[in-house]
Amino acid sequence: MANTVWKANQRSLAPWLFLAPGLIMFIVYVIIPIFQSMWISFYDWDGLGEKTWLGLANYAELLDDDAFYTSLKNNVIWLVLYMLALPAGLLIAIFLNQSIRGMRLYKSLFFFPFVISQVVVGLMFSWFYAPDFGLFYNLIESLTGQGIAILADDRFVTYGIIVAGLWPQIAYVMILYLTGLNNVAPDQVEAARLDGAKGWKMLWYVVLPQLRPATFIAVVVTVIGALRSFDLVSVMTDGGPYGSSRVLSFYMYEQALSEYGYRMGYGAAIAVVLFAIMMIFISGFIWKMWRDERGR
Amino acid sequence: MVHYRTGALALTAVLMMSTAAMAQDKRIVTYNADFDPAPLAAMEQVIASFEEANPDIDVQLNNFDHEGYKTSIRNFLSADAPDLANWYAGNRMKPFVDAGQFADVSDVWEENGLKESLASALPSMTFDDKQWGVPYTYYQWGIYYNKDAYEAAGVELPGPEGVTWDQFVQSCEKFQAEEIDCVTTGTKALWPGAGIFDYMNLRTNGYEFHMQLTGGEVAWTDDRVKATFAEFAKVQPYITRNHAALDWQDAAALLVQGKAANYVMGNFAVAVFKEGGMTDENLGFMGFPTITEGVPRAEDAPTDTVHVTSGAKNPEDARKFLAYLATAEAQTTINNAMGQLPINKDATVGDDQFLQAGFEMLSTADGGIAQFFDRDAPAEMAKAGMEGFQEFMVKPENVDRILERLEKIRGRVY
Amino acid sequence: MFPRPIEQTSPLGQWAYKIAVPVALVLWLLPLLGVALTSVRPASDLAQGNYFGMPSAIALGNYVQIFTDSPIAGYMLNSFKVTVPTVIGAVALSCMTGFALAIYGFRSNMIIFFMFVAGNFVPFQILMVPVRDLTLKMGMYNSWTGLAMFHIAFQTGFCTLFMRNFIKALPHELIEAARVEGVSEWQIFWHVVLPLMRPAIAALSVLIFTFIWNDYFWATVLTTSADSQPITAGLSSLNGQWIAQWHLVSAGSILAALPPVLMFFLMQRHFIAGLTLGAVK
Repeated sequence: MANTVWKANQRSLAPWLFLAPGLIMFIVYVIIPIFQSMWISFYDWDGLGEKTWLGLANYAELLDDDAFYTSLKNNVIWLVLYMLALPAGLLIAIFLNQSIRGMRLYKSLFFFPFVISQVVVGLMFSWFYAPDFGLFYNLIESLTGQGIAILADDRFVTYGIIVAGLWPQIAYVMILYLTGLNNVAPDQVEAARLDGAKGWKMLWYVVLPQLRPATFIAVVVTVIGALRSFDLVSVMTDGGPYGSSRVLSFYMYEQALSEYGYRMGYGAAIAVVLFAIMMIFISGFIWKMWRDERGR
Repeated sequence: MVHYRTGALALTAVLMMSTAAMAQDKRIVTYNADFDPAPLAAMEQVIASFEEANPDIDVQLNNFDHEGYKTSIRNFLSADAPDLANWYAGNRMKPFVDAGQFADVSDVWEENGLKESLASALPSMTFDDKQWGVPYTYYQWGIYYNKDAYEAAGVELPGPEGVTWDQFVQSCEKFQAEEIDCVTTGTKALWPGAGIFDYMNLRTNGYEFHMQLTGGEVAWTDDRVKATFAEFAKVQPYITRNHAALDWQDAAALLVQGKAANYVMGNFAVAVFKEGGMTDENLGFMGFPTITEGVPRAEDAPTDTVHVTSGAKNPEDARKFLAYLATAEAQTTINNAMGQLPINKDATVGDDQFLQAGFEMLSTADGGIAQFFDRDAPAEMAKAGMEGFQEFMVKPENVDRILERLEKIRGRVY
Repeated sequence: MFPRPIEQTSPLGQWAYKIAVPVALVLWLLPLLGVALTSVRPASDLAQGNYFGMPSAIALGNYVQIFTDSPIAGYMLNSFKVTVPTVIGAVALSCMTGFALAIYGFRSNMIIFFMFVAGNFVPFQILMVPVRDLTLKMGMYNSWTGLAMFHIAFQTGFCTLFMRNFIKALPHELIEAARVEGVSEWQIFWHVVLPLMRPAIAALSVLIFTFIWNDYFWATVLTTSADSQPITAGLSSLNGQWIAQWHLVSAGSILAALPPVLMFFLMQRHFIAGLTLGAVK
């Protein structure tokens, strides 16, 4: 009996059985927590005792919080400057898109920074910037006579960290473009060349349009990378000096779990703001995918 | 490669089995701590003698790095509590007491007569008439200086009475001429800067005012606070320029190398100075100079503590360890090795000159003993305050903006 | 081909290019080379201010020292304990979810698919408090299991996107033919589709290995002590103990970077195939 029911409905039940384990895990660990966080953001909660309902008070406090605005501003700087990974990655990809001997090895070595943990990248750059003996510090000192401790100067610290973040990000974008360049139709390039197109014109009118899928992925991963900028800030400066290198992702952690924090509700409110910003990009991405799927 | 790895795994497995077997016939007390190397060795010594006296107990110390510990403690207390944990006295332990994460150990105090022997620390260990941990050490803060740097800059060495504030500020100009930092510090972890502020405020406005400020009873925009920062501004230009990028140990290296003359620090730094090659001959210590005449002299002397957690799996043996840690014998051992001061009044203070100087300084401080800025002020205020001090030390011109920001936070925190 | 192949330029240009590439590479990897060099620098060099010159001797002892003086071996082991089950778990789950979403045309298919995709991009911070709480309640806080559980769940999002698109591109006729012969759905998955997914499984495995090995945020949120922390969190805490001992920090960094780098070199083709999925049409 059971056997026949199964036989009759196998095609409609099977997908759910295949989906179940993965879907349940994903819902429990990802989807539900998003809503729980939104819920917690309306409470005052130290993570241990009773929650106290605050309504929108956490958000009202955010609007009057200098540290929040500093983080928000830095997030915008991160987003904008991270986009430099695109032209830089493209440039390196074009530079390397040749077939001399050993090119494969060169390409993988150029890609190296992406494989390394951001913790290690952060430590490397901290050492690079270290006052008195750091290579970068000495370079500036020999050029201007006065060294600059990048990570201790509120004017430069965010840029200093972004440079560290760009290093692996450029490598990532480069590999995307290298793959893209591999698939640029040679006949179109040759045809354009016969028409006298070269250099920038060729790049802009012939090659870039064909690289559009690569560019799209590159934008997506770069935006996500920029908004997830927690590791480097935590390792290199811990948000300092005096909080000037905070970004939202770090500030959230600081408020919710750090030594002086344990304001889970307030942290959740910051996370919700970050989520809202990310949602703009996620919706755009989903919308494009949706369109592509239907066009198939 | 593959063979090697299996070999290593097998080895680990054997090791794990053998420790498990050894531990089986002993009752385990887990202890999370954040010791620097010298104090760690000292505590291991104390644990060894405790285990000798109690052969059926095995104290397993799990050491964290100092800065990381302060973040981790909240995590492990609520999630995976050890039996014992290091922490600090005063307001700094209040959140854990309020959250019910530290166990009431008044019984340990009663049964062992600790109210008598640890009397000096009783107030800072008591909330709601109960005691929440056992203090085992404290240490003075003050100015450590490099005598060689003084000579190099042609500055007269401070006498036994220290120097006056004016002399101190004037000497900074001489150090600057020789490209020696008059005052060094490393504020990357924020708290070292708070030591300087504490002394500025204690010397300008006195203990009572300092306690009111950290207790949230006075506005940060008060003229008296501004007076403190006006004094602070006098030495600000002579502080190591890149302090915000340095850890306190980095700054200690500057003092050792003679690139800096003075360091406002806690006595635990002596071990680091000496490790770097300084000796009793060229390392000097003095109390922070008087700024406002007539203000009774108060000092910073933070107390370090050990607590039984509420989630402890073996609270009985953990209490036994606390009782042992409170004895004159244990406190003498650990403090001599750490180079710090025992709380137990029957313990012997080491004959190290810095310890003796500190002991003398603290026992004659008629103004009062403060814990430390981040222990006297509640967490959120402490964090914001220390960021403010750091900012001031980089950009003194921002002082009004900083104070307004702190005032805003005071309005919210208390 | 773009740009114009270098073989078509003057011999001088070709020479210049062949010199320019390695020079650019050295500049590009300068931070890494600096750290690699420092990791074999004797401590005495640092004390004498020789930070960036050639080391006066090759001090492999630094590597011995980090193993004897710190729990770094334990951190490395923990990293493997978290990473390997995550790779297996996430790949296994997503083979099934990807199969379900690619093969069956049920009604909520698209919604579920986009839920996986969107969930994959959310900022970690919005999950942090509830996930930490959940892990606590399940008694898996501060253990590799708690960390691995979360990673498996979260990575399933990305892996599903990847697997579903990969299976979608397989020839559908194979499955139809099997169905006509009355092969059960599970058998189709196991005997028909799974063997064809080998390249995708390989690509995902190396990618996920690298992602998880390098994770720092969740390691700091879900583990606290040396007996459960993976190498990223461990290295950061060792950095707090090894202040000014850059030779040790460097050796630790190199060690932490080694497994993903080896993985990348051994499985390069798969790695790049996985990473650039969607970069071409």
